[in-house]
Order: sequence, then structure tokens, then C-alpha cells
Amino acid sequence: MRTLGSFVTRFRDRFSTLPKGTRLAVLVVLVMLVYLLPIINPPGLTTVDSDFASVLFSMAMYAIIAVGLNIVIGYAGLLDLGYVGFFAVGAFTVAVLGSAHGHIPWLLCVPAAIAVTMISGVLLGAPTLRVRGDYLAIVTLGFGEIIRLVLVNTSWLGGAAGISNLPTPPSVSLFSIPHLVWNGAVPLVDPTASSTFLKFSVTDATPYYWLALSVLLVILFLDWLMQNSRVGRSWEATREDEDAAELMGVPTFRFKLLAFAMGAAIGGLSGTLFAARQGFVNPDNFTIIYSSLFVAMVVVGGQGNRWGVVAAAALLIWLPERFRFLSDARYLLFGIALILLAVFRPQGLLPPRRRIRAIAADETEEVLEEGVTHA
Amino acid sequence: MNLLIHHFWELTITGLAIGAVYSLVALGYTLVYGVLRLINFAHGDVFMWGSMAAVWVLTAVNAHPAGLAGTVGYLLLATAAAVAVSSTIALLLELFAYRPLRRRNAPPLIALISAIGASYTLSELMGLRDKPFHWLGLDAQMQAYVGRPRENGVMPAFLTNGVVLHIGGYGVQKVDVIVLVGSIVMMVALDQFVRRSRLGRGIRAVAQDPEAAALMGVNRDRVIRITFFIGGAMAGVAGMLYLLKIGATRYNAGFILGVKAFTAAVLGGIGNLRGALLGGFVLGVAENYGSAIVGTQWKDVVAFVLLVVILLFRPTGLLGESLGKARA
Amino acid sequence: MPDADEGRRVPEQFAGGRMSRRRHPTPVLPPPSPHSSAPIDPTVDISVEDAAAPQGRMLEVDDVTLTFGGVTALDHVSFHINTGEILGLIGPNGAGKTTCFNVMTGVYQPTSGNVRFLGEPLKGRKRFEITRLGIARTFQNIRLFSNMTALENVMVGADAHHTTGIVGALLRSPKHRHEEAEGYERAQHLLAFMGLQRRSNELARNLPYGDQRRLEIARALATNPKLVCLDEPAAGFNPAEKAKLMDLIHEIRDQGYTVLLIEHDMKLVMGATDRIVVLEFGRKIAEGTPAEIQDNPAVIAAYLGVDEDAS
Repeated sequence: MRTLGSFVTRFRDRFSTLPKGTRLAVLVVLVMLVYLLPIINPPGLTTVDSDFASVLFSMAMYAIIAVGLNIVIGYAGLLDLGYVGFFAVGAFTVAVLGSAHGHIPWLLCVPAAIAVTMISGVLLGAPTLRVRGDYLAIVTLGFGEIIRLVLVNTSWLGGAAGISNLPTPPSVSLFSIPHLVWNGAVPLVDPTASSTFLKFSVTDATPYYWLALSVLLVILFLDWLMQNSRVGRSWEATREDEDAAELMGVPTFRFKLLAFAMGAAIGGLSGTLFAARQGFVNPDNFTIIYSSLFVAMVVVGGQGNRWGVVAAAALLIWLPERFRFLSDARYLLFGIALILLAVFRPQGLLPPRRRIRAIAADETEEVLEEGVTHA
Repeated sequence: MNLLIHHFWELTITGLAIGAVYSLVALGYTLVYGVLRLINFAHGDVFMWGSMAAVWVLTAVNAHPAGLAGTVGYLLLATAAAVAVSSTIALLLELFAYRPLRRRNAPPLIALISAIGASYTLSELMGLRDKPFHWLGLDAQMQAYVGRPRENGVMPAFLTNGVVLHIGGYGVQKVDVIVLVGSIVMMVALDQFVRRSRLGRGIRAVAQDPEAAALMGVNRDRVIRITFFIGGAMAGVAGMLYLLKIGATRYNAGFILGVKAFTAAVLGGIGNLRGALLGGFVLGVAENYGSAIVGTQWKDVVAFVLLVVILLFRPTGLLGESLGKARA
Repeated sequence: MPDADEGRRVPEQFAGGRMSRRRHPTPVLPPPSPHSSAPIDPTVDISVEDAAAPQGRMLEVDDVTLTFGGVTALDHVSFHINTGEILGLIGPNGAGKTTCFNVMTGVYQPTSGNVRFLGEPLKGRKRFEITRLGIARTFQNIRLFSNMTALENVMVGADAHHTTGIVGALLRSPKHRHEEAEGYERAQHLLAFMGLQRRSNELARNLPYGDQRRLEIARALATNPKLVCLDEPAAGFNPAEKAKLMDLIHEIRDQGYTVLLIEHDMKLVMGATDRIVVLEFGRKIAEGTPAEIQDNPAVIAAYLGVDEDAS
């Protein structure tokens, strides 16, 4: 695992020395390839038993969630174990406005869902962000469970059966793209599968994947903008030492609330994508087990590193889909992996770059100290 | 509201009984938190393993309604099994999931991640327990223990129903009395142990100031092991009593009960043993009253809302945090 | 690294709020400067915005009592700090010096009595508001933002007077760009002033001990304070380092700041301060010039038992 981290670091460093034009070109090609994954169906990556485009969509959607939760945990240092609640609120806002109690198109439901989740984030945060950090974990855990119980027990929200016939994003059918199949190393055009640009339907997940990926890229850019500003600095200062931050003029409570609201909004946004793809929502989609999965994505990826958490989200979704024999034991393996990670690589697989140096320094120190005690 | 008035004593007594189980599990959270400043997220699963062990033993001895001596024998046997399994699991948990982190001075968030991982591992091991026997071809022999691992493990009915005494028109059941008496005995014993024994002093010393305790010759690792052992044993007793009260357990029963017990610990003031006791009873009773007023389906919501309200108005819990020092 | 000439022209930027266009729109870190071996560079001008502050009392501690449960930490303490002076706050261990700091910076609310800053009562104000009013502090046990770089630490301080919010950050508003550039400049100047310019990209936790202490001062100065409270800034320093630090504190005062200094080392306090307030067991036992304090029998008595500390 350590070699993976240092490999990525070295790659990143080498890449940053390339001329700007080259870098841009490489990036564009990479992004295009990622967009075309469900068309290319690269052997080895493709999932056998489940639809590859659907899996890709899930990866992108969970990556958005991970980026949102990374703001709360990675930047502001607030352990939120009830993030699935915001995801649920986003999805159910679409369901309520677009199907159960109205016929508002999906595109208009999205801003409404973001607003509602943001407000619920503030409502949850305003009383609870004053409590001590480790209590916050348990209060948010309770929140996630309360949301689910409210969904189950409120017939206005569909009750245990949930809500179906959700609106889809608007389609514009322009042209269709055939998918590839691979015969060994030879790519062939698959006569049975093609995707229409851009036709959102239950049968083809590819356009949904494109949508989720685009949203992800936008969110990543916004995340970068936030982090590299007074807002991001204030979050990190609050995470590092709340009292010192307050005494340096940071209104820490306000910034914690802001982190909560931003995280909630992104969670809600991913909920709207989930609702659109799934076509129906019910409370079982939002059990508390997902919250720990989300936290795991952030921690496995390396808290505070947006690319790390994206990679971890994609990986944690893809692995059990690719290796189906694992799926029965997926949560067991997942649990063991979390322990191993905490014990052997607590900084995550891809910690933020500048933290790597600090850890290296720490480890030298540790070795020195151990040397002294064993002497 | 009517329901609350008509069934007041029933709600109170059954609330106290389930609250006693919360208290016992909460003691484990509170002890470990006091000594390590760690929310042992997997403690609920330690409890679940204990309750499952009790089911297995009672199934193995084919427990059935018997006389007083027989019933007591079953109870003691099942409790011993639950305590043995739970405390072993708790010690393994400390050894594999927490001790390596302590060596590295890992930040609290990482310890919590390890705890979440341990929680998944423990409940999934239980949920997949049929697999190894399946590979060994022992399906038929082990059917009673590992068959349908994701379904309820049901306790053989060996305890006959019976009303012991009447309070305000409610006939108190035998099982409620056993649960209440059993848990109160355990709690008093633990309280006296921590207050009076040498080991108990060590626990309190480490909770107050680990470094000073180490300088005074307290073996911190040993104290931590003992803390986990005691917490596990309490969870084992709780597992047995829960089984008596509810009649069944399952691989994921530890999660929600763990959260409730932690709520109880926080309610009473985490790190405070008597607080855990009080918190458990308050939570059990409040849940019952609350669900009588707004409906049983909102029971868990009542518990969480109570937690939030208490934290807002009294962040250190009802009795404050006394095992360790209050943190600046 | 700004050259020496540019270094002296800082104040107008802070005061005017106009930025010349050629400044970096986003912070681009300069390469380490080769000529920065001197630990402290007092040639860099970091003077306060409001250099011509009126003479008079900057801060008044008026009959402040603070009790925790049954323990009285501060017992009817009164003193004041004049604008432009270096006031030493001394006393044996546990005399209530840091507690006094904590009352002044809003960490504790006094049980009775008042603290006034430039005539304004501080009662009921939040800690970050007090910082924005113009009181900055360092900590006895260093409390940097350890996983942030030295530069970021100081920029957090500079942000005390910034108001860019989430919308401004997302839209990269002119205010955001202006404040980023200004904070960056100010941070770089302060790092240079404290002799830390080569460390600006290092994580705070990786800095050597002395640099961490200096970084705390830089971070406090970045909040653009009128009063700087230094809590044992020389703790753990050797005599040479201490002397250098005292020169630096004088330099800070000469740039227009008022300084409140907690220090254990009697010799140092005598040499470095204009006036001294002595606390013992939460009470003020003496106040006066270093010469007066030196001869005060109460002070001598208080310090007799702690000779080693005062060496």
C-alpha cells in the first residue's frame, strides 16, 4: 500500500514538470477516456454479472458523495456518521416534488433538493455542532436513523413502500453510439448494444453515467475553489485547533455550520442523481450501513485529498461488483480492510501531498525514539 | 396519552427492565471511554456475540421448562457462556483493533474507523457463520447453530411465564424481575470493584491521568485489558438478559442496541459508572413513555431526540463525567 | 521573496486597500531565498496600520475576579497597559498570569469586574470578535495548526479582518482575489520579519521548536492587532536565543504595537520591559518600573522560593 502511495506521488510530481500544453492535452484525453468507458468496455475492468454502465454510474455517484463528505470530515474535521440522511433527503425531495405530490420536472427538483438538504444540514448542525467532537458522531448517527424511520412511518412520504415513477432528466436524442465488445484483444462493434446521446431511460445507464461524471467534475472544481480560499483555510484551522482558530479571529462555529451545509448540499445533489437513475425510492435504500461506507471512502482515500476520496469511492464500489464471489463477504472484507487500514496506513491510501512529508518526518522521529527506548 | 395513563406501571417496569440491559452495555462504553477516550463502536457486537452464545448453549443442553433448580442452572450456564464469549471477543478486539493504534498514537478519528471496521467484522462473521461448516461438510450436524445465519437465533423456551407480584394493577412478570435483579447485582458489584479494589484504583488512575498513573507504577496496558474484559463480561450478562427479555437475537442486533447503550452512557455522563446506570434506566423508561404517546414505531426516534436534547442542555450528561477528569 | 526595498513599503497597502494589478492573482510561492540565513530580519517593516494611535490607556483590567468552583484564580486584579509600551506580567508558577491572559482574550468571562480595550468593555464578546478588535496572543504551550504550512498558519491570522465568504470564494470575486493577495503579502512579510521565509512551505509540525515559537508570533501579528500578548515566548530558549527574541520584541513595539509579555526569566523581564505587574496567588502584589520592582520587598519574598526558575 505504501508503494502505491509513493508511486502516485512520484507520478504526480513528474506530471507537474511537463509543459502546460502537454499537461492539458493529457488531461483532456484522460477525461475523454473516462467518459467513454461504458462504450469501450475495457476487458478486465468490465463487470461480468452486472451492467458495466450501471456500475460506473454508481461509482461516479458515490464519488460525489465522498467529495461532499470529505468537506465535512477531511477539511472541517467533523465526524458525520449520518451522511446517508442528506442523501435520502435529496432523493425524497425529487420523489415528493416530481411524483408523489407534484409533477415538477427533474431539473427543477434538483435546486429544490439542494436547498432542502442545505436547510436540513443547518437545522441539524445549529444545535449539534456545539457539542464535543466525539458526541457529534453519535448525534449524526442518530440523525441518519431518524430520517429513515421518519420515511418508513410517514405515509405522506410513501411509507415503507416508498415512491415510484420518479421524473427522469430531460432527454435529447441526437445520435446513437455503438458499444464495443472484446474478442481477446480485438475490439468489435457490439450489434446488440448502443447508447443514444442523450436519452435517459431505464434500459441504458450510460447517459446517467455521463451526467453523474459531469456533475462530479463540476463539484471537484467547486471543491477546489472552496478549499483554496479563506473558507478552506478556516475549515482546516478549525479542524487543527478549534480554540486557537477562534483566538486568531476565525468564527469557528459559523464555519463548521457552513461545512455541514455544503456537505449536505452535495449529499442531496447525489441523492437526486440516485432518484433519477433508480426511478423509485424507498427507505431501504438509505440504511445506516451506507453512512459507514461513506465514511470509509473518505478515510480510505485519505481525508482531505479530493482525488484520493474519489478513487476510494470508485474502488469500494467497483471491487465487489467486479469480483462477484466477494459480494457475499463484501462487508466482512470491508470491515477487516478498515481495521488493517487504520493499523497500517492511518493516513489513507492517498493522503494530501503536503501531509506525506510530515508523515515521513514523523516516522523518522518514531524510529529514533524507538531506537532510544530499546537501547 | 390515554395509553400512558392506563398502562403506566407496565410501561415503567418493562422500561426499567430493558433499560437495565442498556445500562449493562453502557458500562462497557463508559469504562473504555473513561480509560482510552475511545468510543468502542464494536461494543454492541460484543454484546450480540454473548447473546448468541447463550442461545447456542441453551440449544445444546436442550433447555426446557424445569423446576427451580433446573431453571437457575440453565440461567447460570447460559450466562457463563455469554460472559466467556463476550469477554474473549472484547479482549481480541482490544488486541487486534485498538492496541496497535495506541502504539502509534493514532488520532481519535482513526481509532473510530478501526472500531467501525471491527463492528462490521464481528457482525458479518456472525452473519456468515454457516460458511466454514459448509466447507467442512458439517451442515447437517451444525444446523441448529449455524443454519440460516442471517435470521433470528431463538432461545429455547425454558422460562415459564408467571406473575410474581402486582404493582398498580400490573402483574410483574418473572422475566422482568430476573432481568432487573440480575443487572442491579452486576452493577453494584462493578461499582464496588472500581471503588474499592486495587485494580479498580488503577482503572480510575489511568482514567484521570494516564501519564501520572504510569509514573506511579500502574501498568497501563494491563489496566486497559482489564477494562475491556470487564466491559465484555458486562455485555455478556446483558446479552443473556436481553435474550431472556426479547426471546431472540440476530447477527445485526448489536448495532441498534449499541447505539442505544451509548446514548445511555452519554445521557448519564460518559465515563461515569453510576451515570451509565441512570442513563440506561432513564432511556428505557423514556422510550416506553414516548412510544405510548406518539406510537411504538417512533420508539427509536424518541431515544435519539432525547439524546440530542440532553446534549444541548447538559453536554456532560446527567451526572457529569467523573471517572476521568473533565477535559479542558 | 520581496527585495529589501519592497519590504519597507508595506503599510500603505494595508491601509489603503488598493492593490496594484501586477500582484499575483492567486498565491504563487516564491522559491526559497538564498539570503535569509539570519534568523531574524528586523529590516522588514511590519508596522501597524494605525501607527499614530493616540497615547493613553490601551487596555484596562478593572477589579477582575475569576473563580472556578471554590477556587479564586484572580482576586480583584486591576492594572492597565499604556499604548506603545511593553508591559511585563510576572509571578511565580500558578500566580494566575495565563488566566489573566485568558480573561483578556475572552477565553474566560470574569466572575466580576471588567476588562476594557480602548474604552470598550469586552464583557460578553466572542473570542474571535476580541481578536478583530485588536488583541492577539500566543500560547504558552504552542498551539499552531500543525497540519498546515507555516504560510497558511499566518494567512489564517491575516484572515481575521477578511470577509470573503463561500459565494466570494466560489465566484473568485474581486474581494476574494484582493484579500488573498493581501493576506499572502502580509504573511510573507511577517515570515520574513520573523526569519521564517525559508520555512513558509513547511508544515508547522515539522518546524524546529524555536521556529514554532516564532511562527506563533508571526501568526498573532498577522491579525493586525494593536495589543500583542506573548505568553512565555522564550520558554525553552537558550540565553542567546532569548536575547535575540527580546530584541525582536522591542522591534515589534517600535513598529507601533503594544506588547504584553508573560515571562519567567526575571533578568530578561527587567531588561526588556517598560513596566511590570507582579501577580501572586491571583493577587496583584506590585506594579512599577523594573527598578522599582527589583527593590520591592513583596516581590523579593514571592520569588525567594522559586530561585531556580528565575535564574
